[in-house]
Parts: sequence; C-alpha cells; structure tokens
Amino acid sequence: MSDNRTPERLAVAKTYKLYIGGSFPRSESGRVYPVHDRQGAFLANAAHASRKDVRDAVAAARKAFGGWSGATAYNRGQVLFRIAEVMEGRREQFAAEISAAEGLSRKQSRSTVDDAVDRMVWYAGWTDKISMVLGAANPVAGPYFSFSVPEPTGVVGVLAPPDSSLLGLISVVAPVITAGNTCVVVASADRPLPAVTFAEVLATSDVPDGVVNVLTGRAAELAPWLAAHADVNALDPTGAPEELRAELAKTAADTVKRVLPVRGEPDWTREPDLQRLRAFTEVKTVWHPVGT
Amino acid sequence: MIDSPWEYAPAPESREIANLKPSYRMFVDGKFVDGGGEPLKSINPATEEPLAEVSSASESDVDEAVRAARRAFDDTWSTMPGKERAKYLFRIARLIQERGRQLAVLESLDNGKPIKESRDADIPTAAAHFFHHAGWADKLGYAGYGPDPRPLGVAGQVIPWNFPLLMLAWKIAPALACGNTVVLKPAETTPLTALVFAEICQQAGLPPGVVNILPGAGDIGAALVAHPGVDKVAFTGSTEVGKQIQRSVAGSGKKLTLELGGKAANIVFDDAPLDQAVEGIVNGIFFNQGHVCCAGSRLLVQESIADELLEKLRVRVQTLRVGDPLDKNTDVGAINSAEQLAKITELAASGDAEGAQRWTSPCPLPEKGFFFSPTVFSDVQQSMRIAREEIFGPVLSVLTFRTPAEAIAKANNTPYGLSAGIWTEKGSRILWAAQRLRAGVVWANTFNRFDPTAPFGGYQESGFGREGGRAGLEAYLDV
Repeated sequence: MSDNRTPERLAVAKTYKLYIGGSFPRSESGRVYPVHDRQGAFLANAAHASRKDVRDAVAAARKAFGGWSGATAYNRGQVLFRIAEVMEGRREQFAAEISAAEGLSRKQSRSTVDDAVDRMVWYAGWTDKISMVLGAANPVAGPYFSFSVPEPTGVVGVLAPPDSSLLGLISVVAPVITAGNTCVVVASADRPLPAVTFAEVLATSDVPDGVVNVLTGRAAELAPWLAAHADVNALDPTGAPEELRAELAKTAADTVKRVLPVRGEPDWTREPDLQRLRAFTEVKTVWHPVGT
Repeated sequence: MIDSPWEYAPAPESREIANLKPSYRMFVDGKFVDGGGEPLKSINPATEEPLAEVSSASESDVDEAVRAARRAFDDTWSTMPGKERAKYLFRIARLIQERGRQLAVLESLDNGKPIKESRDADIPTAAAHFFHHAGWADKLGYAGYGPDPRPLGVAGQVIPWNFPLLMLAWKIAPALACGNTVVLKPAETTPLTALVFAEICQQAGLPPGVVNILPGAGDIGAALVAHPGVDKVAFTGSTEVGKQIQRSVAGSGKKLTLELGGKAANIVFDDAPLDQAVEGIVNGIFFNQGHVCCAGSRLLVQESIADELLEKLRVRVQTLRVGDPLDKNTDVGAINSAEQLAKITELAASGDAEGAQRWTSPCPLPEKGFFFSPTVFSDVQQSMRIAREEIFGPVLSVLTFRTPAEAIAKANNTPYGLSAGIWTEKGSRILWAAQRLRAGVVWANTFNRFDPTAPFGGYQESGFGREGGRAGLEAYLDV
C-alpha cells in the first residue's frame, strides 16, 4: 500500500531561534540566513541577529549579573555540573549536528561531545577554587588585615570560535560563567546549530535566565556593537575575523574594556589553563584595621 | 585659621639635603646623556621658581633607549639567574633607604607635596616595593603562573606626577623582578627623583640598558608606547590618556596594564565612630593635596548624621595647615602646576554654578606658588560635574543616602571603580558593602593604605591589571 516516493515519516523541521534572557525569540530584525552542512545541503534557517538583539541580550545579561555573581560558588558549581549532565543526555543530537557542521565522522563527533561535556565538568569544579588560587591574605607592614579576592568582571561579550562549533563554544563560555560573569555569545556563523541546542540545554539546566545569551548571526556585524557597548565590561574576540580584531580593540578602548588577547583559533583539544578564568576576573583588595 | 592657643613655629627641612643640581640629564644604556628634545624647566610649585633644567628626549632617543633595553634584555637580564636579579633589587631597595632623606626633600621640592608625606609615605613605600619584588625574582615558579614563567621583554612605562618616585617603584620593581628591561618616562613636571634613581641604578651596578629614564612630555610617552620594540606597556595617569594608549596599542600584541582615574565613594553609616571617620575622610581627600587617583572624593553620609558629621569635618579641616611643603608642620602642600590649579578652579566653579554649597577652609595661603584651600561642597547631586568628574585636588563633594542599598547604588553610579571607603562599627555590614562595591580596593574604617603585598588596581574605566602582590606579577610575565 505504501508509496515508495513518500518517506515513512516526514521529520519535523526545527525553527532555530535566539536565546535571550531565558527566552527563545526570533531576531527582532526578522532576518534569517541559511545554514548548510559540509556538503552544501540545506540544514536549517538560523536567526540573523541584529544590533537591537545585541542590546536586548546585553540588558538581559546585566539584569542577571547580580544574582549570578552573588550566588555562592558551591551553587554555581552545581549549576555548571547540571549543564554537563543535560549535555550528556543530548549526546546523540550534538554528535549529529557536529557531524553535519564540521564534516566529522559520527565517532569523532561523539568524542568531541565527550570532550565538551568533560570540559564543563572541569570548570564546574573551579567555581569554589578560584578564590583560593587567585586570592590571598596580604601580609601588609602595619596593623591591618588585608585580603584580596577575585571577582567577576561583569558582562562579557564572547565571539565564539568559527570552526569548533561545540567544544570551542564550551571552551569560551564555561570560564566566563565559572568566574561569575554573565555573557552575550555570538555563535559560529557557519556552524550555529550546536550553539542553539546548547541554549536549549542551558534553558533546562537551572542556569538563571540571562546568564548566557546566545545570538546567531555574523560576528563581523555584531562584534562592533559589543565592543562599543558601555554596559559590556570585557570582550573575548576569539571568533572575530582576524582583520577585525584590532578594530574591535580600538573601539573597546572608549570604555576601557578588557579585551582577551587572542591570535588565530586555539587548539581546543588541549587541556585548558587559568588564563581565561583570570582574564574575566578583577582582584578586589579589602583593608581593615586590627586593634582592640 | 580658627583661634588657637597653638602657634607653630616654622620647622623647615633644609633644601640643601636635596643636593639639587642646576641640570639633570636623561639616562640611557647606563649613561647620563643629553637628550635631543627641548630641555624642560622643572619648577618648584610652592614658589614658582625654577629648580633645574632637565634634558628631554626626542623620538630618536626613544628608539635608542628601546634598543639599549632590548640588548640588555637579550644579553644579560633575561638570562641571568633569578637569585642574581634579586640581589640587584635588594641593593636598589637599600640605596633608596640610604638616600631616603635626599629623595624626600627633592620630591617635595619638585612635586609640592608636604615633606611629612614624602618622608613617611612615598620614599619608604618605594623602597618597600623593591624589597618585596626582590624576593620574587628567584621564586617566580611559585607565583601560580606555571613552573617557569617567562618575561615579556622591553617594558615601556609612563607614570604621573602625583607620586613620582613611588609610581616609578611600582612600575620598575616588578618589571625587573620578572626579568624584563624598562624604558620609563617620568612626568613632565616631576622628573628629578627618577634621575636620582638612575644614579642609584649606577651605584647598584645594574647592567647598562636594564633601566632607561627618558624625561619628556606627552609626545614622548606616546612615541614610547607606540614603539614597535616595546613588548609591554604600563601606564598610570588619567582615564583620557589611558584610552588613547589603549587605542594606540590595539592590535599590536603588546601586553597592556592601565591604572587610571577614580571618583571614590567614602561611605559613612550612622553607626560609624565619627571622630575616626572624620580623620579618614580628611586623609582620603586631602592627602597629597587630593592628587590621588584613589582619593575619597565623594563622601556619602547617612542622612541622619550628615549635619553632625559635616560640622565636625569643617572644624577638623580648618586645622589643616596649608603652605611650604618643606615645613614639617605642613599638612597640605602646593598644587603641582598652574595647569592643574586652573583645572581644579574650573571644576570647583562648576560646583557653584550647578547649585552645590561651597565651604572653604579659612586657612591662610602663601602669596606665591600654586595653592588651593581645602574645600567641601555639600548639597551635591549625582548629576553634578563635581560628583562625576575626577577633580584631582583638595575638593570634597558630599552626598547623602538613607539606606545601605542606596549607598551602594550611589557609590557604584560612576564609570570609575578604583577604590571605596566604608565607615561603620558593624562588621557584617562592612563585608556586605565590600562585596557589593565595584572597586579594586576597599578600605574599611581606614583609607589610603598601600603595601607592596596588597594588589592595587581598578574596575571599569579606572583601568585594568593590578600592581603589587602575586596578582601584580601577571603584568610582567608571558602568561
């Protein structure tokens, strides 16, 4: 009875959207752009975020900053670990999307997902250790108790790496939120689908709304607004085109933004160090007299 | 002056101790040389008389100095074992201590700051910075940046006029401890102690080129930070110039740290010990004539005690003695330059124009020299220029608040974030407020404390990077 030309079941195609303040809106601009796999086949239309979306996302990140930075390190660690748990459950979905985006075999993609999950677990364990490792009780020459603690810088604009669609994304987002910052992330333009799935993971992982906001679109178009925005405290330009980075750093100078120094795209398979945690951290020193 | 039975006889320090020379030369590659720039005339801001002529650098001198620093980096300093570098730094620390009195008098002559401050704060703390960092030179593997952190290369450093020798120490000590060589540009109006420091480098037997001192104006600073042979740029100064430097360094791969301006909130809660708080407020804004980037220039007082506190504050401020920086009884010295005095005067006038209430200490001022009476503005609103812009002078703006949350909101209502003060007897409130203040240094029941072991630096537009402690080493290491 069946017709050979009709598949047994037509897949439900997904409409990919942005992730801002815990919601999944379409781009305010109404724009989308087509995403293709490595062979050039159409995968989906992704939302093409605009300057206004950047501003909405920054506002959401700022609103979330007080709660997230004020949460206990133990609590933030649990939330980060929860992200890893939910990612683990979506292993096959991530692997399929990575295979399509990066042209990897399913086995290689699974291994990449595993690395990404493990990295999130690694950072989850850092939340309550940053202060111990980067802070100090300062032995000042006088009757004062002086101590220094690292604190989050604030709202961080993150341009996710263009090539590594999931492992690279996790490697730039995790240290930012581990340190207690909130962020606006611009996903890889050509490979945005794992980032949208990651946003769905965040939405179901106890991550407070607005802590991570994910935009899909063109880094070259959105980055200058992030670099110029007075309510963005730091910028990770990893995913910006090489020729744009110096321009972004110049723009960032108007508000004395911290700009992570990067060259090319790092090797994400290497074990991370503390550089990204330190880069989005301020050291605060507190003094008080000692006496009776 | 208020009527007082206490008449102070003048107790001037002898200016002979400064060993002032009629002319000073710049220091490149271990030698004092004539610079290609137009000579600077350093004047005594307390008398407006010329102190000395100082040769200044031209752009080709910048190139020469950077080359010398590069040679010294490659040939000796970066390859020298840390324990040997340490001994040079210990020598420098001791030589500063030995010549402390000379340096203090010279600093007060050149800068206008009271001798009691240069003698008791600037010079001893400068020596302490070399002493502290000397000990790091052979222990960098323990600093938390990996087992074998590498130096960056040649550091180009530009420092301000408010703490000439102390800022030099903050910049040079960690740079040398980490194995870098330096080219430092002191401020145009206060180059003298830096050139005596160059003599100290010679006395310490420091290899030629490790430290180079180039007096000059802003154009030489700009040429230095833009020089392609410089690997690291460190700047302390105004936010405006800091932004220019960040722009000029953008995309070059040079590592950058900035210590910029501030508009610190000094918050007094209703349970604060008022007399103690008054001392802290005075220290916070009138120390060094208010020429302090972390000065407590915005006083936030809880409304219920505002009148009482202001009354006590005015009585106390009237007792501040303004005058000859070399007099050991002087509390407030001279404004560093005519230009700075004009800037302070202009900003204070904006306070009047915008409706704040000005109160000025009735203290007598010297007839000559650049002086500004300690001034307190009350009824200040957050939108006024005197509440938003850095004045960098002895001018305090007083605002009030009702609840602790309002105090924090007002304190953080600024693009700056260098320092803050908290005055309360309640320990839990101190820690609560310290957590919420977006500032790099928070002083509770004290103000303006500095130590080489305690990291110092700002949030937001007060700059990035820290100086002092383990955190401060990052600025000079390739990590």
